[in-house]
Amino acid sequence: MSLPTRIPGDSGGGDVVIEIGGFPIKVQTTDPELERILNWRYGDYIQPGKAPEFALRVHVTDPDVVDADADAEVWLEDREWKMVRGDFRASWSPAERRGEVRQTANPYSIDSVLRIVHTLKLAPEGGFLLHAASAVRNGKAYLFSGVSEAGKTTMVRLAPPDVTVLTDEASYVRKVEGRYFAYGTPFAGEMGEPGKNISAPIAAVYLLKKASENRIDRIAPAAALQRLLRNILFFAHQSDLVRQVFEAACAFVAAVPVYQLSFFPDQRVWELIG
Amino acid sequence: MAAAEMYLMQSADIAARTLGEDTVVMSTLDSTVFMLNSVGTVIWNAADGATPLSCIVRERVCAEFDVSNEQAMADAEEFVGELAKHGILRVSSAPVSPKEAP
Repeated sequence: MSLPTRIPGDSGGGDVVIEIGGFPIKVQTTDPELERILNWRYGDYIQPGKAPEFALRVHVTDPDVVDADADAEVWLEDREWKMVRGDFRASWSPAERRGEVRQTANPYSIDSVLRIVHTLKLAPEGGFLLHAASAVRNGKAYLFSGVSEAGKTTMVRLAPPDVTVLTDEASYVRKVEGRYFAYGTPFAGEMGEPGKNISAPIAAVYLLKKASENRIDRIAPAAALQRLLRNILFFAHQSDLVRQVFEAACAFVAAVPVYQLSFFPDQRVWELIG
Repeated sequence: MAAAEMYLMQSADIAARTLGEDTVVMSTLDSTVFMLNSVGTVIWNAADGATPLSCIVRERVCAEFDVSNEQAMADAEEFVGELAKHGILRVSSAPVSPKEAP
């Protein structure tokens, strides 16, 4: 639910409200280059009229240590989440509804911070980000999950015209009134394009496996849970948070069928979907 | 000389769920995921810190599965060693009460 009240430290100018998964986050910057990058990168996800849930103030710094490939470290300290990677240092206080980010003027750092913040926000509500492409067909969302090279982007590229792509990289799974929905995300993989900013109830998850023919096999719940957990984005190895994500995954596999999709990479695979 | 008894206790740093005959266990320390098959699930559920592994194997595993005691014991020790290596199971040479578990 969006909170219409004013956020502490709200400056008004140089602000971009980015809404992903129904959560509007205000990104504040005084750097015109970063503001231009945000407007270019987040396109349809920028919602100027939305009241943000919280604000992230971004301070653009000179490049000193830049290692965007390093793993991010995320931990909770004095009720404030700390996030550190070679190319950024960030903090977020859910209680105070604000955070700070120090990074160079590049799109990747704030993108990573947003991914982390969304995983932290989703976990207590039974949602998560999943390494998966996702798409909507006939009003229902289908997720295609797998590690790198499993075929996520391939499935999106093969999608027929009646399919709307939500993402080719990181699927946004949210539990709303007991049902699971997939939301479009700007978190792009090899496609390099943001997904459509819409949502739909999730009908199925397909775990991808390239093969010589197309075939769908239902996966038993325990194996589905194990494989799903391996593809959920984890940034913070905080015990209570890990338990929340584990419980969220258990509830998800109890509600949504999980299949293995063995597929030969051509358009015919979509005859099996939807 | 008889081998020393092993007493098993599930680690506190895990999340686990049994679905059907299998159990998925996740370490809350490093998010590592394990899947235990039906035999592993029997041992896992019997890991109360008070029942020795030899008893679990004899009275639970061999009673429910078609396997010799020797083979089951060898498999169980390997299984327990693997989970203990990852901190999923605590192993002691003496009975452990839940309050004593680290």
